[in-house]
Amino acid sequence: MNFEFNDDQRMLRDQARRFLLDKSPPAVVRETLETDQAYDKDLWRQFGEMGWLGAAIPEVYGGSGLGHLELCVIAEELGRALAPTPFASSIYLGAEALMTAGSEEQKQSYLPDIATGAAIWCLALSEGPRPATEKNITTSVSDGKLSGEKLPVADGDIADRAIVVAKDGAADGALAGLYIVDLNGAGVERTTVDSVDPTRSQARLVFRDAPAEKLGDEGWPLLERIQDRAAVLMAFEQVGGAEVAMEMAKEYAMGRYAFGRPIAGYQAIKHRLADMYIQTELARSNCYYGAWALSTDAAELAVAAATARVSATEAYHFASKENIQIHGGMGFTWEFNCHLYYRRSRNLALALGSQRRWKDRLIRALERRNAA
Amino acid sequence: MDFADTQDETAFREKARSFLAENAENKANAKRTNGTGWNKDEALAAAQLWQAKKFDAGFAGLTMPTEYGGQGLSPIMQVIYHQEEADYVTPRGVYEIGLGMCIPTMFAYATEAQKQRFAKPALRGEEIWCQLFSEPAGGSDLAGLRTRAERDGNADDANWVINGQKIWTSGAQFSDYAILVARSDFDVPKHKGLTFFFLSMKSPGIEIRPIKQVSGAANFNEVYFTDVRIPDSQRLGAVGEGWKVSLTTLMNERFAVGIAPAPDFEEVFDLVRDTELEDGPALDNALVRDRLADWYVRQQGLRNAHFRTMTALSKGGTPGPESSINKVVSAVKYQDISFFGTDMQEMAGIITDPEIAAMDGLFQTGVLSSPGYRIAGGTDEILRNIIAERVLGLPQDVRLDKEGAFRDLPTGRD
Repeated sequence: MNFEFNDDQRMLRDQARRFLLDKSPPAVVRETLETDQAYDKDLWRQFGEMGWLGAAIPEVYGGSGLGHLELCVIAEELGRALAPTPFASSIYLGAEALMTAGSEEQKQSYLPDIATGAAIWCLALSEGPRPATEKNITTSVSDGKLSGEKLPVADGDIADRAIVVAKDGAADGALAGLYIVDLNGAGVERTTVDSVDPTRSQARLVFRDAPAEKLGDEGWPLLERIQDRAAVLMAFEQVGGAEVAMEMAKEYAMGRYAFGRPIAGYQAIKHRLADMYIQTELARSNCYYGAWALSTDAAELAVAAATARVSATEAYHFASKENIQIHGGMGFTWEFNCHLYYRRSRNLALALGSQRRWKDRLIRALERRNAA
Repeated sequence: MDFADTQDETAFREKARSFLAENAENKANAKRTNGTGWNKDEALAAAQLWQAKKFDAGFAGLTMPTEYGGQGLSPIMQVIYHQEEADYVTPRGVYEIGLGMCIPTMFAYATEAQKQRFAKPALRGEEIWCQLFSEPAGGSDLAGLRTRAERDGNADDANWVINGQKIWTSGAQFSDYAILVARSDFDVPKHKGLTFFFLSMKSPGIEIRPIKQVSGAANFNEVYFTDVRIPDSQRLGAVGEGWKVSLTTLMNERFAVGIAPAPDFEEVFDLVRDTELEDGPALDNALVRDRLADWYVRQQGLRNAHFRTMTALSKGGTPGPESSINKVVSAVKYQDISFFGTDMQEMAGIITDPEIAAMDGLFQTGVLSSPGYRIAGGTDEILRNIIAERVLGLPQDVRLDKEGAFRDLPTGRD
């Protein structure tokens, strides 16, 4: 039994934590929150230089070829630091999609720029406030030209290329496919939209006969496989964030005196912190299983990913909202950092689709496994 | 990351597997039962037979020293054995307290001759032990206990006379020996006036009365002491240091208290697959799926946390906080799943008759048994305090019982 990260991976974690404490403290995160800056370009460049962006990209495609366990380690630290960069869009979704389904030519032409950070990618799936199901997709492709509207697209305003989910032809019942679109090219109009978490950017993309290049042959099942991979990585970010929210709540409760003693001594607070700990530990343990499934391409990936995602979403939700509660009025001020985690928690919980849909997806995966 | 055993672990696992396959019934072939009934004579005889078999095959006292009949193995082997045994129907339970808590306390505090005398018969299942700790006035607040231990005379080695009452004693009715903590001094602060003993449950002056539980079963007892005499040679630890000895026992309890029984996710998943609701199969109902997902991620979270603990043990480390999380999560899940399972059966969910109730009344049994799991071995609230104080390092609750004579503490009674 070796269900732990190894010494090298733990060393990477320590280095990443130190680096991010120095380069992505709350003051840096707030620059993205309080200005028009969409992401921290300096941080992004350094992620490329240190080989973080290419951690799971093989060396032949310009990556550092470390592996997915190392990428999980980095993801947790990015989550802790709330790093204001398009890491999830470009790496968990873009690079993973290319590595999963890209042709040799696509991998060779696109992955090296993703690994250095020179190119930013994103996934354009949602079409407004309704579930993003295959049936609901109206964006379509004919003769290699893609048209339709996507909202919201995380990092859509800053990305160079998007993987767009669109129907093959406009006919009713047409199947969805994945297409690569150059967002700097013709037929693309993009606008930044405001969101609950301004530390990450969201956009509306309108396509009018934009040239589109097919990615893979499978369509929807491929999309779900990519989402499973991204869900594991994002769950590590969520657990990282949840743990920091818990640490903040604990530190504040130890130093805050009321009725003559630290509020951390009252059971109402102690038990809530214990619950944060319980939920975070369960989520972390489920994330480890997800990491194992991701790194070994195990048949269990669909179940493991949904399990990690559902518990990490729940843990971050609980820790970030109760962190504000334990801080009392100060937790509700702009000045304190509690809201940064609260915002990010909501962002990540919605980023790959709602908790309701992931729970449903988990049960579907279990039904499939039982039927097999 | 991988789930592979080391070479030693593989060899041990295979040995355990073949022993179990030859000597026990695999759960996959066994009929589901919904009660333990381990206070019946035949169940007791079966448990004794099984313990003796384990001893003879080298699977009893896995982590105990070899000179006392144990196997001298590392804790990881214990975990591996439990994993394998979990697939089989075996009459466990009777020896868990003795081997999990009483004998380890004896190892820490008894004389060499006493260890030689008591360890092996306990391991062979010839002698059963129970633990006389909780009292009507000392449950979660164990140190509040009032059972009196008085010396019979002034000599340093004078014997002891015990008067008082214990409660919630599992297995007292068929135990041969017990460990006991009692108050030897009412004039010093609460935690400083306790002394620890072991004694024969056949001692004159002991009276055992079963407690009928919500579930109808009687796994626990009240134990009354009237002038029960204990030789001073059976004192464990110094006079007045009974609290320190108790902590040794309780530390072992955290590892011994297991996960709640079925129904768990698998059983409720089975139930909803066979249930038809007003608008179609229950498994297609969004609300049902939402609840199923909640229980699955909790169950898997505990399972995966256990893998992390095993990794630590395998490398010679100590168990992590998993042991305190386990019961808090699984007992509530057990109760919630039981409630939900009866809900799925609509008005008939109230019926316990195994001929009528789904899955032989498993969920109805759970409704009536689960409240006990949220209390036994540390209540939900006490376990949260343990996590808060020992894992997160938060301050203790305000205490009004640390100073002054125990006899002066308010009791709420006249």
